[in-house]
Amino acid sequence: MTLDPAYLDYPRRRHGYDHDLYPWSALHERAPVVWPGGKTVAIWVVVSLEWFPLVPSDTPFRAPGHMATAYPDYRHYTAREYGTRVGVGRFLDAFAAAGIKASFATNAAIAERYPELVADIVVRGHEIVAHSTDMNGTIATGLAEADERDLIARALDTLERITGTRPRGWLSIARSQSWATVDLLKAAGVDYCCDWVNDELPWRFANGLANLPLNHELSDRQVIGTCQASAASYAEQITDAFDWLAGEKGGRLLPIHLTPYISALPYRIGAIERLLADLAQRPQAWFATGSEILDSWTRQKSGKNVA
Amino acid sequence: MKADPGLYDFARFADRPRDPWPGGKRVAVWVAPNLEFYEIDPPAHPQRRSWTKPHPDVVGYSHRDHANRVSHWRMADAMTRHGFPGSVSLSVALCQHHPEVVADARQRGWEFFSHGIYNTRYAYGMSADQERAIIADSIRTVREATGQTIRGWLAPALTHTENTLDLIAEAGLDYTCDLYHDDRPLPVRTTTGDLVSIPYSLEVNDHYGFFIYNMSPRDYARALIDQYERLAAEGGTVMCIPLHAYLIGQPHRIAAFETVLAHIAADGRAWIARAGDIADAYRNPSAAGGGR
Repeated sequence: MTLDPAYLDYPRRRHGYDHDLYPWSALHERAPVVWPGGKTVAIWVVVSLEWFPLVPSDTPFRAPGHMATAYPDYRHYTAREYGTRVGVGRFLDAFAAAGIKASFATNAAIAERYPELVADIVVRGHEIVAHSTDMNGTIATGLAEADERDLIARALDTLERITGTRPRGWLSIARSQSWATVDLLKAAGVDYCCDWVNDELPWRFANGLANLPLNHELSDRQVIGTCQASAASYAEQITDAFDWLAGEKGGRLLPIHLTPYISALPYRIGAIERLLADLAQRPQAWFATGSEILDSWTRQKSGKNVA
Repeated sequence: MKADPGLYDFARFADRPRDPWPGGKRVAVWVAPNLEFYEIDPPAHPQRRSWTKPHPDVVGYSHRDHANRVSHWRMADAMTRHGFPGSVSLSVALCQHHPEVVADARQRGWEFFSHGIYNTRYAYGMSADQERAIIADSIRTVREATGQTIRGWLAPALTHTENTLDLIAEAGLDYTCDLYHDDRPLPVRTTTGDLVSIPYSLEVNDHYGFFIYNMSPRDYARALIDQYERLAAEGGTVMCIPLHAYLIGQPHRIAAFETVLAHIAADGRAWIARAGDIADAYRNPSAAGGGR
């Protein structure tokens, strides 16, 4: 067997990327960013609020955390719902105690089904980021573009109708996009997505959409769910990340991506509470929502001082 | 197909001489940053998928992109601070895509060897002439970008053919990082030239530490120190620390890793070297000051 000779052709071997979605830029060569109040580390807490229909969809793929047994999978359905009924309240209390604002990446179905929850989140000053329709609303190449456009519109329209504000941010399920997603989000009026994990500051696609890197490596799903670390180890790793970033020259973005059914469990929430309380009293820390971080960064990029 | 690759004879570690390294050091330590480029939409290979998701695999691609935007410099600065040069496992197309990263490594005095054209192009099934083409491309590309003539090979994404080691020796390369059978450099049997195996590592590769064994950053640092302590105690050994900036250069990992570099640099038993230096010292121990 011999490989097709075309396997040794490299048509996009050129300076910069092998795509035109966004330009290359090295972080250490950019003008330093300073967050409001002279802070150097923007801490962006993102909470995923997810509703998993009891009948999972595999089109285009099954979301992480979705139903796993034969129908009806009461085990996983209710364990996820525990996060929405009980766990998220622990997060809200912890955020209030630490005096911090967060972004809630929210399925539209959560707002439709539990409007009192999203109303409480909004009243407390947190941001609602659109997070698809429900956990069957996955996106990847293979989903028809018209269907993807419709999914994005339904998610944004529903959240706007129920919360009174059109979300400025978008998080795809599993951060998974198709080739069309960046343009569809831009056309739908979204200001930023959170899916590309390649940086520690915001950046913009060629079409003008911004990306806030929501590093999956620093998520509770990755560290606790996949790597099976304890909550104490997770908090230690986030603290180590903060300490490192606070020591670098130029402002940085530290994302902390939390899932109620993972780290708001009774035996884990204490470590999260202590982590947030510790970081909230650090002089370099600016806790902010995605929109606040994007706006501060955009003002600085346009040459207007924020301080 | 062969049941035994036929690349070396069996010889027990305990039965072989273990020369000290230059300066009488006990363990040669080399750090191998993988400076890679993964294509967002590579052609399909019949025997291996590049990405687990349909293209674009946003997390897979952008995670690796973190290396070339952010974490290469974080990793490289930590190495430089503690006096560790890199021996770079290079996706040579990085010379075209991000010559800025390659230039940074060259300016730090790092050595380059080839890790194929892209880490999304696999050698399985290549004819000898196809594999000759990627070897020649590697030599030409690195020479044009850095002035260095590569001496070593780590197959792209660790994909080989039965011909790979013969072909790299035929092209004049003199070391391979593809064999994991020993803690000492050893000759490799080829039909074409003089090739030595320089021990690389799967087990203490950061990819294994974080992707396979799911270690915490501090657990990985402890594993590296344990690996070092054992190999230094046994003597005449080689320890490789293979790295990927998008893993080790993450903000929650780099400080723990720096404690490892500080430990080894301060210990006194380590000969901190590049892969080519180790190959030279192996071939010519008296010139290297080791004495055989």
